Amino acid sequence: MTTTLDQLPNRLSVDRDGAFPDLVRTLQDGVYSGALQFTRNRQDAEDVTQETFVRAYRAIESYDKDRIRDLQLRSWVWTIALNVCRNRARTVDRHPETALVDDRVDRTADTAGEAAANIDLGAWRLRLASLTGPQRTAVVLHHVVGLPYGEIAESTGRSESTIRSDVRRGLARLRTLLEEEMR
Amino acid sequence: MTHTETITTHLAALRRSAPESTLHAVLRRTDLTDEYTLIEGPTGPAYIAWNGRGITAFVPVEAVGSPSDFETRHPRDASFVEAPPDRLVNHLDHAIETGRLGRLPVDLSAIGEFQRRVLEKCVEIPPGEIRPYGWIAREIGSPGAVRAVGTALGRNPIPVLIPCHRVVRTDGRIGNYAYGSPMKRSLLEHEGLDTEAIETQARLGVRLVGSDTTGIYCYPTCRHAKRINDAHLVEFRSETAAVEEGYRACKVCRPAA
Repeated sequence: MTTTLDQLPNRLSVDRDGAFPDLVRTLQDGVYSGALQFTRNRQDAEDVTQETFVRAYRAIESYDKDRIRDLQLRSWVWTIALNVCRNRARTVDRHPETALVDDRVDRTADTAGEAAANIDLGAWRLRLASLTGPQRTAVVLHHVVGLPYGEIAESTGRSESTIRSDVRRGLARLRTLLEEEMR
Repeated sequence: MTHTETITTHLAALRRSAPESTLHAVLRRTDLTDEYTLIEGPTGPAYIAWNGRGITAFVPVEAVGSPSDFETRHPRDASFVEAPPDRLVNHLDHAIETGRLGRLPVDLSAIGEFQRRVLEKCVEIPPGEIRPYGWIAREIGSPGAVRAVGTALGRNPIPVLIPCHRVVRTDGRIGNYAYGSPMKRSLLEHEGLDTEAIETQARLGVRLVGSDTTGIYCYPTCRHAKRINDAHLVEFRSETAAVEEGYRACKVCRPAA
């Protein structure tokens, strides 16, 4: 998996259209998993995921070969994804009616296990929502998506030490929340 | 007491797979999805794929099997449709009927520079005629790259329509084909060539033929060679032999540099 990601910039620079589907395949689960936490429902998360990759393709179309070859693909895609999430949040704030559907409890779950997993997803989304924006971004990208600190720093334009402390503080806040819930 | 490890385990479990529709939707929105259908080719049914730029693949059904096998081996995302679009259908019918690409657009954008030059040169070979690999190498200005020409033709994504079956061994024998030598022969026979006779001629060492009235020599299947009267037909084993006897190369089939 990681070797594929390593080879992708080179392949994209040689055969953009041939390699692009592999870029989507390699990164779509991560983007979707993050977007599930940064948006209000699965539909929004899917829209964000699609929009992210469509924008990534348009960007690559305008880049020359050297620029494509030098791309740090995952953090670059996440820069785009975070932008798409921010824009969407802005639209939802301005048009609250678009946010009426919140599938915190997913009604389309096929099995009891799946339903429980989805309730869990909703509960954690709620807890994560009480973090500060930067803390939530750092915690989700590091612990849900699995991005290393350095890549989070790159995609958010902040320093690696700031990201580390955001993750630490975010986790501490989550621990407090859980302890309060159990009391 | 809640441990941080418990929390991070929970967070890692929030990872989900993107919906299956995501990839296809993205590729459709970026114009990277090909469509394909089943058509009747010159020697049987074949899958044919295209995108906005032109034809991207031609694969005989007997070489690949079911539609899902075709989708797996096709280099891009492909979805089945009932028929080719209007913008292609007439040109496609015409190309299959005449054996000439004509105005049918092909998309070679995913192909390297050298292979593209080889395939574009190959398109110039008329139906019912054959040329050796070395001819293509010479024509594209890389006379030493005979082997590379063979490789490039072997990876032709649009065989039949880009007629790599019309390129044969330097000794004049029919040679190999990506979908097997029998299919190559049947494609050539479909165009009116007698492959048995071609092989016999090759075995006898005849590479070129000339007319003693015009003093011009050609590849044996050149349309001008076919017009030579038996009484005036001269056979040559090599260019040198033809030149030594005072013949000059045909300007249509260009058997020499």
